[in-house]
Amino acid sequence: MVDGNPLEAAETVVKMRGIVKQFPGVVANDHVDFTLYRGEIHALLGENGAGKSTLMNVLAGIYRQEHGHVYIHDREVHFSSPRDAIMAGIGMVHQHFMLVPSLTVTENILLGLDEPRFVMNLDRYDQAIAALSEQYGLRVDPKAKVWQLSVGEQQRVELLKMLYRGAEILILDEPTAVLAPVEIDELFLTLRSMVANGKSIIFISHKLNEVLAISDRLTVLRRGQVTADGIPLQGITRRDLARLMVGREVIFEFEKQAHATGDDVLCVENIWSKNDKGLDALKGVSFSIKAGEIVGIAAVAGNGQSELAEVVTGLRRSSKGTVRILGEDFTNSPVRRGIQFGVGHIPEDRTHVGTAPNLDVTDNVIMKNYAREPIGHGMVVDMGAAHSFAKDLRALYDIVVPNIDTPVRLLSGGNLQRLILARELSGNPPFLVAVQPTRGLDVGAIEGVQRLLLKQREEGAAILLISEELDELLRLSDRLFVFYEGEIMGEITNVHTNDDELVEQIGLMMTGTRMDELHLETEGASHHD
Amino acid sequence: MDILVILQAGVASGTVLLFATLGEILSERSGVMNLGVEGMMLVGAMSAYSIAVHLGNPWLGLVVAMLFAGIISQIHAFITITLHADQVVSGLALTFVGTGLSLVLGEGLNKAGTVALLPTLSIPLLEHIPVIGDIFFKNHSIMVYIGYLFIPLTWYFINKTRPGMHLKAVGEFPAAADSQGIKVYRLRYLYVFIGGMLAGLAGGTISLAISPGWFSELTTGGQGWIAVGLVIFAQWNPIRAAAGSYIFGALRRLVLDIQGPTMLLGFANPFFYNPYLGFFLQMIPYAFTIVVLVIGSQEAMRKRIGAPAALGEPYVRGERGK
Repeated sequence: MVDGNPLEAAETVVKMRGIVKQFPGVVANDHVDFTLYRGEIHALLGENGAGKSTLMNVLAGIYRQEHGHVYIHDREVHFSSPRDAIMAGIGMVHQHFMLVPSLTVTENILLGLDEPRFVMNLDRYDQAIAALSEQYGLRVDPKAKVWQLSVGEQQRVELLKMLYRGAEILILDEPTAVLAPVEIDELFLTLRSMVANGKSIIFISHKLNEVLAISDRLTVLRRGQVTADGIPLQGITRRDLARLMVGREVIFEFEKQAHATGDDVLCVENIWSKNDKGLDALKGVSFSIKAGEIVGIAAVAGNGQSELAEVVTGLRRSSKGTVRILGEDFTNSPVRRGIQFGVGHIPEDRTHVGTAPNLDVTDNVIMKNYAREPIGHGMVVDMGAAHSFAKDLRALYDIVVPNIDTPVRLLSGGNLQRLILARELSGNPPFLVAVQPTRGLDVGAIEGVQRLLLKQREEGAAILLISEELDELLRLSDRLFVFYEGEIMGEITNVHTNDDELVEQIGLMMTGTRMDELHLETEGASHHD
Repeated sequence: MDILVILQAGVASGTVLLFATLGEILSERSGVMNLGVEGMMLVGAMSAYSIAVHLGNPWLGLVVAMLFAGIISQIHAFITITLHADQVVSGLALTFVGTGLSLVLGEGLNKAGTVALLPTLSIPLLEHIPVIGDIFFKNHSIMVYIGYLFIPLTWYFINKTRPGMHLKAVGEFPAAADSQGIKVYRLRYLYVFIGGMLAGLAGGTISLAISPGWFSELTTGGQGWIAVGLVIFAQWNPIRAAAGSYIFGALRRLVLDIQGPTMLLGFANPFFYNPYLGFFLQMIPYAFTIVVLVIGSQEAMRKRIGAPAALGEPYVRGERGK
């Protein structure tokens, strides 16, 4: 425990003492203390499943703690519903937005308030909302329906909702997870203006850079316990934070072993495919991946990379071109054939594509090999064999779950991804497609997933890695292709991290500059040096 | 076979469907599908008629019908909202419960003799409008006119009032409503109750106004199921529900009337008291229900204003992965 006492004279607005909250099989909060001062941005840091959201849900009146006390302005409070918390000036912006898609911005903001009493005079309220959004620089059209808004705009609606209710204490649950970099900058500006207006902000995150950039003090949780209680941020490094959070040193750089590659495993030639809207998403893409090689695809979301992953796993039809896996024609083959080949697929959407949320751990891990010995005998599934298979994988891949009969919807993001990896990697696939394998995971889990991918590479798997994290692509890939509007802008064969020039080149290609044009531009630039 | 008579009768018998459909719309807008409409209507029809027979007051009969149907709807509410059980199964069970209750309690009612019915009236001035006046404003039961009032009122309530907004929020995204202090469970119970009351009203409208009497389960004759289908056809919109109800009412009447005349369009009427084709004709409204369901759901997908997003899903506070 590190004790901090930075703002001696600061007014305490929230004090939580000895909070205990349990869920079946898990102690989410184990005697947690938390203190918030007026006018500060206080980061609450921790891995997924460390209990950050649980603690804040207690503060916001959504959960009730089993033990412990909550004080607001030094008066003890007992919230029995979110409404009580709102009345006490506490507003929470959830990670998954709590907005009704079919209602307008204004309607969402008015939801649950006593005003208006019965008839909605929306025009009048539209004006009030517009004025408020002006005041805090949160641009959004009050008359728009929420489903028409971008994610960034929806977040602004959430903030407006809290401000309209006169919230003095704002809890933001991983607010940047869904935002583009520009939107993150805008959000940070807004947060600073709110703090300047006397609001106090709790900023839940597991992104170390952001915590360092925005917060005044921080509290760190690990496995439901406090490892740093309100320490000031001066002199704290990324490495310190990571250690507090994970409980051991996290290695940000790991050496990728150079090793010999084998024959072509995946060979894609002149592939064309349409997206869900019926437009061409892939326009004549050709490349190949050798055994023991990780090939990365860098692109801004929606430039054909998701469709590529679906085409090579058999989930989406290609309209032209050929896909060959291990020398055999795989063009428009059913998914089952891919599974028989041993194609592993870590899909982008882990809750709905990657797993069946209501089925238990066992059912989810045997989804690919249920028909094969030793688990399947003809029509029969040997549940004994299935259970022991699931137990082995749980131990091997460190899936934290009370027991293997637990429905997987109850698993945290990191555990769910480990479960998918366990299923996809356990058969040592010759070819693996990994789409956004570390999205939304915390540092410790990211490191674990990346190590597993590198291990597969060393064992001779050909890996197609699709990610929006450039950092990850540079760290893991042997070669990189940059996609723009369904076409390959260029191939990068000499991949290494910490190369600003390379990153800049990739950035230009991601926005539609071809590599050959790029050389002209960079040569032109170098003359100025 | 007079087309004006068919349309007029269509409006009358459509009023029954209208009440039941509006009730089911309110219930489903809150996220609870109640397939027990048929059962609740039977309970309503039986209790309304029974009160009218024994106490001689049809208005009191309607009130009791609404309360009784509302009360048994709370069985469904408890099972699906509090116990998080499957709404389809519970709704079907409610239909059986309602049917059984009404048959037992309604035993002997069909021999009750004369009964005071709800009044029939014409609307001054409006009744003289050609065609429209004849169809909508002449010699109708008072329930038909009450039905007209319900259409804009329900629409206004859902779309323009604060409770209506809360209703939509609870059916679309209960977690969001809950996070703003709206009592999700309480509201769902309330709208299931209101849905039940309207189904009871629909039942009472049959037995005391539209086709008076108690004919055991034939009193409703499956109209509760048609109402459930109409909700989808209506895309949870009261105005469309009204149109659907009246069209359906007219269709039911047409099926009856087409068997009357010996000649049809200058040919010998093949349906003329033909028992086999008669059954076939009776099937048509139900077959039409299926067609409407298919078309309705496809259109809903196109227009993106389909079912309330949380329809059929129990709400459990704070559960992950939703």
